[in-house]
Amino acid sequence: MSGTVGGHDLAPGFADPVLGSQSAFRGVLEAMSRPGRVVTLSTLPTAPAPLDPATAALALTLMDFDTPLWLDDAATTDSVTDYLKFHCGCPVTGEPDTARFAIVADAALMPPLDAFDPGNDLYPDQSTTVILQMKSLAEGPRLRLTGPGIERDAIATVDGLPAGFLDQWAANRTLYPLGVDMILTCDEAVLGLPRSIELEG
Amino acid sequence: MTEAGRSTATAGRSVGEAYNFAYLDEQTKRMIRRCILKAVAVPGYQVPFGSREMPLPYGWGTGGIQVTASIIGPDDTLKVIDQGADDTTNAVSIRRFFARVAGIETTDRTAEATVIQTRHRIPEHPMREDQILVLQVPKPEPMRYLEPRELECRKIHGFSEYGLMHVQLYEDIAKFGEITTTYDYPVMVNRRHLMSPTPIPKFDNPKMHRFPALQLFGAGREKRIYAIPPYTEVKSLDFDDHPFEVQTWDECCALCGAEDSFLDEVITDDEGGKMFVCSDSHYCGERRAAGHVGPMEGEDAPSFARPADQEADGS
Repeated sequence: MSGTVGGHDLAPGFADPVLGSQSAFRGVLEAMSRPGRVVTLSTLPTAPAPLDPATAALALTLMDFDTPLWLDDAATTDSVTDYLKFHCGCPVTGEPDTARFAIVADAALMPPLDAFDPGNDLYPDQSTTVILQMKSLAEGPRLRLTGPGIERDAIATVDGLPAGFLDQWAANRTLYPLGVDMILTCDEAVLGLPRSIELEG
Repeated sequence: MTEAGRSTATAGRSVGEAYNFAYLDEQTKRMIRRCILKAVAVPGYQVPFGSREMPLPYGWGTGGIQVTASIIGPDDTLKVIDQGADDTTNAVSIRRFFARVAGIETTDRTAEATVIQTRHRIPEHPMREDQILVLQVPKPEPMRYLEPRELECRKIHGFSEYGLMHVQLYEDIAKFGEITTTYDYPVMVNRRHLMSPTPIPKFDNPKMHRFPALQLFGAGREKRIYAIPPYTEVKSLDFDDHPFEVQTWDECCALCGAEDSFLDEVITDDEGGKMFVCSDSHYCGERRAAGHVGPMEGEDAPSFARPADQEADGS
């Protein structure tokens, strides 16, 4: 499946597109329904730099021509956009508030959360899902999560959140049931952060 | 077709060759998967989705089937129940459907299943974190009888204006002295969204509260998907002076003697004879296999009431 497009190599997607995306979906479903749990995806595609394999797996699993995608400057490379256009066929948008999905490869380049679409009162499901690549989901500053999907509380240790993120998240929380959902990724793992979750530093 | 051929080879099982794995095409699965993730993010909120025509009529579990088809993989074991029973037409058809189009294992044992699709019951056997419950939904909108306009219903949910439903329940109390709704009893999810728990008996409502497994709801005809993540607060609506209560029976199960399960009343002859049996056929069968005996078990037990474990699946 690998080939050359526009003078550079095009990385292949899942070895098996059907079962690969099924397996990745179950991983991200577990992560989103049990926030705080770090889920390692078992089936991964080859990812074009600077995307992590887990980020690429989410793109192949969830994005298509129905989902405008916003990319931060770090992820806006020819190899990434060609990969996503070839495998997902998703339109790439320059306006974060028109995007169904956003991929942020460098947290320092993430716009404030309220730049993304929080959905609307009648259709809160139409909000942006932001996929944010982290330095680590195993060690780093400690976060306490509470909310649906968590029995009492969950502790996540993540490294690489943008500056002032907790305040932005608290503001996002006040919009509930509207709000942006996030999926944190690092290497082969994902951690879900749906809008329903309360975060404490 | 190429995708289906490759999946079949990978799965190493005999999947009907004319179908993609689990019947739905990949674009449909992606769309449903996105809806499921949004449904999980807003517990109890109904996400609209592009429901497809399935090879069985709306009303036969098409919503549940589409949800199941979008989550299930070759390593899953599927159990399907209809009003608690593994051996009724709907349950057998859906189990055979997935055995054929996805080549997956099926079971009637609650503990062995990783995905359980159900119509109108939650299994008596406690479920675990590593299982997923998929509920078939005929009428996802709890406000529909009170407010027929879809846009108004959306506003009611958007602004959390659920007074109408409380008035409805109050009218029951004013007329009958109690809330007479016994199934599809409305619940408040995560203290925010009023939700139809599907036509499960209100006996099952308390099980939804802080349930360890993920609960997904699919309405095929009405084109809605919603979800309750694990350990989410689910409260049946009530009043301080008329607290929510589940139904109770004077009898125990005639076959296994269970006093803690939901019982169906079965008419046995034309002379007014009747018996009460567990609606959950696997729970009843398991109890009888363990030696529990009810008042009518033995040689005289009607043939339809044999333990589910003896039932040939046919799939």
